[in-house]
Amino acid sequence: MKQCESIIIGGGPAGLRAAKALLESGARVCLIDRNASMGGQLIKQTHMFFGSEKQHASTRGISIQHKLLSDVMRYGSRIEILSETHVVGVYQDKVIACMKDDRFFKMRGEAIIIATGASEKHLPFENNDLPGVYAAGAVQTLMNEYGIKPGHKVLMVGSGNIGLIVSYQLMQAGVEVVALAEAASQISGYHVHASKIKRHGVDILTNTSIKRALGETEVTGAELWKLDESWQGIEGSEWTIDLDTICISVGLAPLSELFQQVGANVEYVRELGGNVPVIDNTYQTTIDGVYACGDAIGIEEASSAMVEGEMTGIYAAHAMAKAHPNESTRLKALEEELAFLRSGPHAEKIRVGYKKRGEVS
Amino acid sequence: MKAEDVIICRCSDVSLKDLYTLFEQGYDSFEELKRIKRVGMGPCQANTCGKMVQWEIAKYFNRSLEDVKFANMRPFTLGVKLDAIKEACDDEDE
Repeated sequence: MKQCESIIIGGGPAGLRAAKALLESGARVCLIDRNASMGGQLIKQTHMFFGSEKQHASTRGISIQHKLLSDVMRYGSRIEILSETHVVGVYQDKVIACMKDDRFFKMRGEAIIIATGASEKHLPFENNDLPGVYAAGAVQTLMNEYGIKPGHKVLMVGSGNIGLIVSYQLMQAGVEVVALAEAASQISGYHVHASKIKRHGVDILTNTSIKRALGETEVTGAELWKLDESWQGIEGSEWTIDLDTICISVGLAPLSELFQQVGANVEYVRELGGNVPVIDNTYQTTIDGVYACGDAIGIEEASSAMVEGEMTGIYAAHAMAKAHPNESTRLKALEEELAFLRSGPHAEKIRVGYKKRGEVS
Repeated sequence: MKAEDVIICRCSDVSLKDLYTLFEQGYDSFEELKRIKRVGMGPCQANTCGKMVQWEIAKYFNRSLEDVKFANMRPFTLGVKLDAIKEACDDEDE
């Protein structure tokens, strides 16, 4: 069986920065991702990031991916990248099972960092399996990665940042966004994103949700209705819109299956998006030598994922007796950075979630 | 609402009506639903349907989401052919 010093599962912003920290500490890294290119969601982010200058604010996501990847590639033989490789199993003796094409193989690492990110939540409504119903991330992949328009007239469901940003990107691609429906009484994403699409004439309908998709073999319309204060649909308030695409953007859930597989303690924390692993203050799960960072431990922004990734890399290196050259100053700076990123009103949920997780662990 | 047209698990084609039928029979845990209807056992491994199943159990039985245990997850996350495992074992023996 192949032996590795450190194995990182997931090559998104958290995984790439964890790799960089481990490489700076002199460790060897095997970075695995199921996609063809590293970068996770960054590769389809054509917009500029907010947040912190230190975490590449004002830079487009795709450019951040180039930067993070070149940061690790310059370590030459100490970094091994396995793309289009699925990690299908993680075991307590730090053995992982992988599939690449049709080939099955196992590897063992001294440290395993799970940075698998998140999956999109779906909604239960009538005919939600009709062709033409998409998740927002899927639409972004189609458009920004493959250059394919998902349709001509789109309803966006959900006004979080992803819903707002993807609506704008749809318009940039020449697709009509007929409306944006939000179940809550106010827009949940940043107002700078919301006002941009409002200026382009898109109605953002609050207290509104989709009742059902219309169409026989594919989506030809949507029936919307108003919701009362307890988010129940109001009978008689329904109306229909003609369209060919329904895009669902109702939040993300951490991809926690590998934590559950390996037997790490996992808790449900709704503020963090769902099932998240219990971690200590070095980002280690309850399984010795298995670490976690990024959206997989709680839904946040790419900027926080990068900071967490670097910290995890430093801690994992330390545990393997490979100290990062600036270990203590770097950790202190990263802690401060994370506190800054989680300081705004939009991060209230995150702060509550982390407090809760502190209590369960 | 036509609960038979609300698809919860696309992989195994389980509708909301299927869940309601099982709820009425007294099945109130994810593990039971999984064993009976294969909800969450397809290619997505509960990554699409899981949260909806959890939500529907909580709503129907008037519990908080925190009290609805998620399905157990075991290797593998994808279908792996026995042939591929055999080949890997043969390689290791050499």
